[in-house]
Amino acid sequence: MPIRTTRADLRTRLQDFIPKIVLAPSLAAILIFVYGFIVFTGYLSMTDSKMLPSFDFVGLDNYVRLFSLPAWNTALINLVIFAALYIAICTVIGLGLAILLDQKIRGEGVLRPIYLYPMALSFIVTGTAWKWFLDPGLGLENTMHLWGWTDFQFNWIKDRHMAIYTLVIAAVWQTSGFVMAMFLAGLRGIDNEILKAAQIDGASNFALYRRIVIPLLRPAFLSAFVILFHMAIKSYDLVIALTGGGPGRATELPATFMYSYTFTRNSMGIGAASAVIMLMTVAAIMIPYLYSELGAKKE
Amino acid sequence: MGFLDISHVSKAYGSVQVLHEVDISVEEGEFIVLVGPSGCGKSTLMNMIAGLEPITTGDISIRGRLMNGVHPSKRNIAMVFQSYALYPNMTVAQNMTFGLEMHGVPKAERDRLLADVARLLQIDHLLERKPGHLSGGQRQRVAMGRALVRNPDVFLFDEPLSNLDAKLRVDMRTEIKKLHQKLGTTIVYVTHDQIEALTLSTRIAVMNKGYIQQLGTPKEIYDTPANLFVATFMGSPAMNILPATIKVRDGVAFAEIADAQGRLQSLQFSQKNLASWDGKEILLGIRPEAITDIDGADRKSQNIQRFSNVVTVIEPAGSDTFVTMTVSGRDVVARMRADASVAARDRFEFAVNMDKAVVFDPKTEARIPG
Ligand SMILES: Nc1ncnc2c1ncn2[C@@H]1O[C@H](COP(=O)(O)OP(=O)(O)OP(=O)(O)O)[C@@H](O)[C@H]1O
Ligand SMILES: [Mg+2]
Repeated sequence: MPIRTTRADLRTRLQDFIPKIVLAPSLAAILIFVYGFIVFTGYLSMTDSKMLPSFDFVGLDNYVRLFSLPAWNTALINLVIFAALYIAICTVIGLGLAILLDQKIRGEGVLRPIYLYPMALSFIVTGTAWKWFLDPGLGLENTMHLWGWTDFQFNWIKDRHMAIYTLVIAAVWQTSGFVMAMFLAGLRGIDNEILKAAQIDGASNFALYRRIVIPLLRPAFLSAFVILFHMAIKSYDLVIALTGGGPGRATELPATFMYSYTFTRNSMGIGAASAVIMLMTVAAIMIPYLYSELGAKKE
Repeated sequence: MGFLDISHVSKAYGSVQVLHEVDISVEEGEFIVLVGPSGCGKSTLMNMIAGLEPITTGDISIRGRLMNGVHPSKRNIAMVFQSYALYPNMTVAQNMTFGLEMHGVPKAERDRLLADVARLLQIDHLLERKPGHLSGGQRQRVAMGRALVRNPDVFLFDEPLSNLDAKLRVDMRTEIKKLHQKLGTTIVYVTHDQIEALTLSTRIAVMNKGYIQQLGTPKEIYDTPANLFVATFMGSPAMNILPATIKVRDGVAFAEIADAQGRLQSLQFSQKNLASWDGKEILLGIRPEAITDIDGADRKSQNIQRFSNVVTVIEPAGSDTFVTMTVSGRDVVARMRADASVAARDRFEFAVNMDKAVVFDPKTEARIPG
């Protein structure tokens, strides 16, 4: 009898153990390739690395030099313009579409995926498609000319003052459907009886949304903001595909700056410093958000 | 023409008919309870009175004004929901005055009404809180307060107490009854709890599968249920239903039932019109409290019948003792005084109050009027 118990014991212990064995390699990989390299980048940002990593410690020199570089400051200003417009327009369009779709209209089942499809594309595809569409010689302007409207002009993508806005257009096109889906889920989650109570209270549609529904969507707003914000900071592929950072440096963002300084301009130390600044900006938004989310769950 | 008239109202979702030709006429100041099992259409009827669901056929009018197609906010009704449906982002005070604000009542007037109702419901100290920081009972009061400030013609309550724990439910039940007596408002109240229905209402509409089974005062519903459904749905423990054969001797009808050992015994009916049922099977309905020990029998009753049977189980429940036995193959429950001296497995002499017995036609399940 005792022998059998030990055997059963062994089996349960093995069962406890197997998931850990299976998970171990991926855990190790994440530890090394994500957190390890974050630490490594942080270290590189304080060395005088040029083309290859070097280990001569220079303190915060790279950060001082980074913020004196005009290219970095352009990238930061571009990011502020891009992120502000991208987040605001996506939120407004997403919320508007969600409210319209929530009116129990026919064909919702067809419309919802149509709005969502752009999200399934990679930013490279979006960027390339919009590059052709916005190119004066190929896309919209050319088509209008062919249709006989020869005065039509739309050459923002070639204009150093306007090119940043083409980035906003393409990014908004890609993401607003996703933001809509988030708001729609939020709208559907609202207790039906609250809407009935508001109806009996005599709230007009406008008052209903402004006073009751939109305040109830606060969690959806917060999630949308956090997701859009970190997407804005990470924006790299869209810029590369759509404008390549140009004309000139007109659409350079921190992510493209980081790549070019690290890998093509032989200033790995400065590139690493810019990467650390980006990481800290994302963390400054994400950590309080995750805290409030997880804290709310615990309650 | 009543205060609230529901006439020939039916409701269908597509091809599914969920309410059939409902007719209820409510007088001013009445407390009508709609009661029935889950899915019988109580909420649907309520929502149609409120205007939240369109009426398929039939008419609903309040104060003589036809309400079909009138927007909920223009019917001068107020509703208390099962989930309370308070606006989570507004304070208690804002919750209660939102409807007034939407109806264009000036601020000073709103504040006065709010203060009156808050005092009435004793929620003055909660006015600046958000609903999320209130207990279930407090939310319940706020929801009622929101309905009261509007001073509507008709109050609609959809299972307002079902989210409260048992003790609070009993307290709030009394509270609602007091409020009704004090204010004399017209109330339509939905519940699936038959005790709530019996204690609160001036009249009860018992519903099943979209039909009104019976509409009457609590006493009518309890003492003379229209059919088997009403008889078994209302009352706790439920009415005992047992098959019996009618025997008529010298013009007097008796119910022949078998005790636990299969011995036949006769109980004389109080009903006078059962002669035509001689020799036929019926269903005899006897409430548990109509079966007692001989000393505990109702002294006002004209017709107490003796019945001896073996006791199966005894369940003391504080104020009462429930005694279970087998009659005509069915379990029958008797409700006795706590100090009745009964023992399990003994033969015992029961007193059956046949004045309270009801008879059902086994085919139609309708009560045979006595
Ligand atoms: N929108 C709808 N579409 C189709 N059927 C519905 C709809 N709403 C309700 N029903 C059906 O109508 C019937 C009555 O529903 P109702 O909500 O009125 O029941 P109820 O008596 O309030 O039950 P409960 O005690 O569970 O609240 C149910 O059978 C339900 O399935
Ligand atoms: Mg219901």
